[in-house]
Amino acid sequence: MAEHFPLGLILLFPAIGVVFNLFVGQRAGRTTVGIVGAGVIGAAFVVGAVAFGRLLGLPTGGALTSTLWPWIEAGAFKVDVALRFDALTAVMVLVVSGVGMLIHIYSSGYMAEDGDYARFFTYMNLFVLSMLTLVLADNLLLMFVGWEGVGLCSYLLIAFWYTNPEYAYNGRKAFIVNRVGDAAFILGILTTVWVGATHGLWTLNFVELRQHIAWFGPATATMICVLLFIGATGKSAQIPLYIWLPDAMVGPTPVSALIHAATMVTAGVYMVARLNFLYLLSPDAMELVATVGTITCIFAATIAITQPDIKRVLAYSTISQLGYMFLAVGVGAFSAGIFHLMTHAFFKSLLFLCAGSVIHGMGGEQDMNKMGGLASKMPITCTTMWIATLAIAAVPPFAGFFSKDMILSGAYTSGHFGLWLLGLITAGFTGLYMFRLMFMTFHGESRVEPERAHHLHESPPVMTLPLMALALLCVIGGWVQLPEGWLWGGSFSRFLSGSVGIFKPALEASDLGLSILSLAVSLTGALIAYIFYIRYPGLPTYLAWRAKAIYQLLLEKYYIDQIYDALVSRPLFFIAQYVLFKGLDYYTIDGLVNGTGTTVEASGDAVRRFETGNVQHYALIYLIGAVGIAAFYLYLVMR
Amino acid sequence: MAPPSYYMILSAVLFCIGVSGVLLRRNVLIIFMSIELMLNAVNLAFVSLSRAWGSVDGQSIVFFVMTVAAAEAAVGLGIILATFRNRATVNADEINLMRW
Repeated sequence: MAEHFPLGLILLFPAIGVVFNLFVGQRAGRTTVGIVGAGVIGAAFVVGAVAFGRLLGLPTGGALTSTLWPWIEAGAFKVDVALRFDALTAVMVLVVSGVGMLIHIYSSGYMAEDGDYARFFTYMNLFVLSMLTLVLADNLLLMFVGWEGVGLCSYLLIAFWYTNPEYAYNGRKAFIVNRVGDAAFILGILTTVWVGATHGLWTLNFVELRQHIAWFGPATATMICVLLFIGATGKSAQIPLYIWLPDAMVGPTPVSALIHAATMVTAGVYMVARLNFLYLLSPDAMELVATVGTITCIFAATIAITQPDIKRVLAYSTISQLGYMFLAVGVGAFSAGIFHLMTHAFFKSLLFLCAGSVIHGMGGEQDMNKMGGLASKMPITCTTMWIATLAIAAVPPFAGFFSKDMILSGAYTSGHFGLWLLGLITAGFTGLYMFRLMFMTFHGESRVEPERAHHLHESPPVMTLPLMALALLCVIGGWVQLPEGWLWGGSFSRFLSGSVGIFKPALEASDLGLSILSLAVSLTGALIAYIFYIRYPGLPTYLAWRAKAIYQLLLEKYYIDQIYDALVSRPLFFIAQYVLFKGLDYYTIDGLVNGTGTTVEASGDAVRRFETGNVQHYALIYLIGAVGIAAFYLYLVMR
Repeated sequence: MAPPSYYMILSAVLFCIGVSGVLLRRNVLIIFMSIELMLNAVNLAFVSLSRAWGSVDGQSIVFFVMTVAAAEAAVGLGIILATFRNRATVNADEINLMRW
């Protein structure tokens, strides 16, 4: 079943990239840094592909393993730095390194004029390295190392242009919000150890946990799953911890592509899929995951409809799509969630890279109100972005159609009609906001400012080639999982079944009927966008004026940031400033320290009075003492 | 002959006068005299007890005391004299150069 394979190589190459770019990068030329930065990820991809080939030779449920070195041994508790490459990991490794490599190539063009080229690639390589560690880990603790690693890298990259205070603030926001989730994640890990230890199971290894899953009761499983899921809401940007992701787009655009597609946000979905055996023990936790995912899904989609910033639309779109993935894993359709994770990685990275290309060509402009009619100026970007849009809007035969269809059918056939309906409505919103983005950016009348218009240009080949590669993946990426009964239908699910099991529908439904329904809803959204932004361009403004309250609510993102600010940030700052700093630190702790000094000084001052320097006083005290001693002995004698 | 306790009481009274003088007076010379008075009060106690117990030990100690007192008087008066030359005072409170 488990075969040895030098999986360490997958991590070694990005690690080499990090070290090289960190220490030599500044002196090496830009070309070298770019080649090394993208090359090491490519090398990791090649090793991953070889491992994938070996894995295909094994029976279902097989895995490649590699123990690098022992890590923690405390009594019976033992954790190794050990890697495990099963079907689920294979998908993740190939997506992370493959898409990551394309993004790296693109970055070498996008960042060409940035002064901190080497630092950028150091962080990017570290980011991919962390994510690969996360997906390759064979135990929760090593996974947590990667989990924290991607958190760190997201902070470093979001605040990459740290001289801008707002960007630095957004970087900190991402880090701190993630920290909230990570705290719950740690508690989840500790609970796992604690529950296992009561049965003598001192391990965090996934395989061993799975073997002894009977020792986890429903209550403890619910507790662990909910705690870990809170961690996932931080990493994967779900309600209530999604707020960092829209602000994360202040980083360079390739970073957004990396965060949103290959690394970071998919970690939570991966984690739930990886621990599917634990989540299946707890229907309550599953229900929670599915519900939170669905609510996030429709919630973020409605925000995306009104945002004027091209990257912000995509950011909310990511949150929405991640909601779909959690809906899938929450209803037990783990392979559907992972499938959508993969196709989403293709089309979302492509969307971001295209947006980056547009921003690049526009000289930094991100407001879609100042775009329009770019199709003729940037034909390649426009074409590839259309492919990605059709993919995310779930139009067949593009990738997103198959994965979103699988999720919705999973939600329906597992009996979650309410969630299915919300997911279906979101499909319409998805079509609406994506087509709106495309129409506002590439079609209609040009609203480009004149001084930007004349140097508007298509991006160089180093940027457009990755776009084309990703566009190809957006077209064919979904074909790995055709509906059951078609050609090689369901092959992706079968491949994953060793890791995440097989989805068992609770009731029968016509797949074709569901597909046609969701397609119809998506296209309705697209049609509305067409009417609003091409046919009657005045209509959105009129509608925004008529339904001012709703429009304002959506434009301001339901005022969530303001609410969090009032409910969380301000009380925290107040406590920090007045209770902890002033009350505890300044008056209590400093008071204790200063009080000690003052007490010593005051008592010294009091005792000093005895030291008059007058010999006669000393003599008097001496006399009193002498009389006292004499009286004492006299008393002894007399008694 | 009066009983020894009379001598002891006299000795104690003299000693207390000497102590009071040392503690209460500020004139260095008076303090000095009071010390002499205490020494002699002790001498009186020694000789009277020596007589009462028929032992010469006490009397021999008195000789030592007188010898030391003589030496002390010479040194003490010398210091007082030197101090007076420098500070033009014999008031103990004013001789406070070494005080903190």
